[in-house]
Amino acid sequence: MWVPELVSNEELSSKPSRSKTQGDQMQYVITAKDLTKTYGDVTAVDGISFSVPAGEAFGLLGPNGAGKSTTMKMIGGVSQRTSGSLSIMGLDPESHGPEVRAHLGVVPQQDNLDEELKVRDNLLVYGRYFGLPMSYLRPKADELLEFAQLTDKAKSKVDALSGGMKRRLTIARSLINEPRILLLDEPTTGLDPQARHILWDRLFRLKEQGVTLILTTHYMDEAEQLCDRLIVVDKGRIMAEGSPASLIREYSTREVLELRFGSERNATIGAELEGIGERLETLPDRVLIYAHDGEAALEQVSARGLRPVTSLVRRSSLEDVFLRLTGRSLVD
Amino acid sequence: MTDQSAPAVSDAGGRGPAAPALLRAHSPAVSAARARRWGSFYYAEQVLRVMKGYGWTIVMYGVGQPVAYLFAMGVGLATLVDSQAAFGGVSYLAFIAPALLISAAVMTAANEFTFPVMDGFKWRRVYYGPHASPLTPEQIASGHIMAVTLRFLLQSAIYFVVVALFGASPSGWGWVSVLVATLAGLSFGLPLMAYAASIKEDKGQFAMVMRFIVTPLFLFSGTFFPLDSLPLAVQWIGWISPIWHGTELGRVFSYGYEEPPLLTIAHIVFLVGLAVAGWMLTKRQFVRRLGQ
Ligand SMILES: Nc1ncnc2c1ncn2[C@@H]1O[C@H](COP(=O)(O)OP(=O)(O)O)[C@@H](O)[C@H]1O
Ligand SMILES: [Mg+2]
Repeated sequence: MWVPELVSNEELSSKPSRSKTQGDQMQYVITAKDLTKTYGDVTAVDGISFSVPAGEAFGLLGPNGAGKSTTMKMIGGVSQRTSGSLSIMGLDPESHGPEVRAHLGVVPQQDNLDEELKVRDNLLVYGRYFGLPMSYLRPKADELLEFAQLTDKAKSKVDALSGGMKRRLTIARSLINEPRILLLDEPTTGLDPQARHILWDRLFRLKEQGVTLILTTHYMDEAEQLCDRLIVVDKGRIMAEGSPASLIREYSTREVLELRFGSERNATIGAELEGIGERLETLPDRVLIYAHDGEAALEQVSARGLRPVTSLVRRSSLEDVFLRLTGRSLVD
Repeated sequence: MTDQSAPAVSDAGGRGPAAPALLRAHSPAVSAARARRWGSFYYAEQVLRVMKGYGWTIVMYGVGQPVAYLFAMGVGLATLVDSQAAFGGVSYLAFIAPALLISAAVMTAANEFTFPVMDGFKWRRVYYGPHASPLTPEQIASGHIMAVTLRFLLQSAIYFVVVALFGASPSGWGWVSVLVATLAGLSFGLPLMAYAASIKEDKGQFAMVMRFIVTPLFLFSGTFFPLDSLPLAVQWIGWISPIWHGTELGRVFSYGYEEPPLLTIAHIVFLVGLAVAGWMLTKRQFVRRLGQ
């Protein structure tokens, strides 16, 4: 090994200075204020502000193109913001890029594993970027492979792995430096339900260990399952903020009655349903009636002599919150 | 420097009580401080690890090919080309040996600073992994360059040994041509790397570079015959060619080829200047493109 392993005193004492505003600032691991990013004419992130306390699972929920990845890249200290301020562990990623990134584990939207290296070597190599010695990395890599349920794949080449396995390896890789903050950009997009559940379980365990999770998703069930608190983003702006339950309480009713009358009738039936429930939403394929008691609403529909092709009563979800806020569906 | 000796099996749950104490990462501040100081080396280490996977190709391409040339041209062709006067009083083999050494480094540069760069930014996006770590874009660029430089040195050194065994490097300073070849590789390779880093869509640009830049440079850089035996109309190709400047320098060291000292200095300045300019441009491209 031709790279020195020893840390000099000088290295240890050159801790980056914390930002001035201590006090209440320090209880947050991440603080963004009016964060903005433009690419030419496109404003990908349009002045968003939020703070994340240590140990929280914080979500960015929004459709494709909302600016989630762009926000994550700025937090991750790999993309320069256009304006606004950003502080991670009290540090500005623009001036303290390496220091900020040293605190983080990052799972990007697109896997960028080293396909030419074996599974385990991917972990070792990545750990080297943090200056971690092999004596630490070897047992740590084995521990993480176990965590990611990839122990029997340790010697395989990465391109032999399934999508779910690659995703788990990317997560394992992001944990090699034992970060207290983990950034996950659409961790389960494109995975089958079983692979998603394995991943969720792993993320729960990390949360239990007190790791701060920042995750983006366009799956509302994922956001509901994993996030303590989230922001709903659309077109680079924050539409709402809160816990999944409080968002549903604030922007939706307890239950939703979904009715299908066939595509022609759906558009015109609205007037005849007037007054049932608290709010009515007409979609191309169905009509949604927001009501505290869905069954009661359905009885009212029948009482008016209307006969839907199908009807379904379900609890409100973040999908409904999104629909209410933007007038559009989250997943098309 | 690898892990091959370590057992890959881990005993789930059966870890000894001492183990967790070992399994502590150093603090982020230490990670950052180390990365700031050694980051380029860390990335170079990674590139070398990947190179090791195609180590034999490297040896065959870098050494086998020029040795075949050396044999065919130097031993075969030399029986026809017997006028030593035309080649500064040395054997034809001694005349072309430095040229083949330099050309091999430049050809390696044309490979190592093109496709892998495209792989880094676009195909498999290999630069984006380390970019999320404490490493900086400059360090990723320089780590890549350091690893390739090591390849230049190794490949040129093996080649030089072969040349010396052929008895084609009469001067005691011949080994310096290993360094010259490395410099020529960087001088041609770094501007090319900057170009490769600027390419967004692969439309076969690298094949064009090979066909319309590398090949003419290889043929018209005083490689197989002195540059001044060419008509002036094509001599300029040599003057702007890192292969020519490198080859002339290599000849000075490997058999005491005589040229005005000012010209020798000019070769060095040209090669270093091009390498430095290429490095600056590369750095700028990496910072700009990764930091988007
Ligand atoms: N590198 C880039 N260059 C130009 N435009 C970009 C770039 N990255 C993202 N965008 C644009 O910014 C917007 C937000 O993208 P992104 O952050 O990827 O959204 P999300 O992750 O929520 O799907 C989109 O309109 C996208 O086209
Ligand atoms: Mg995205």
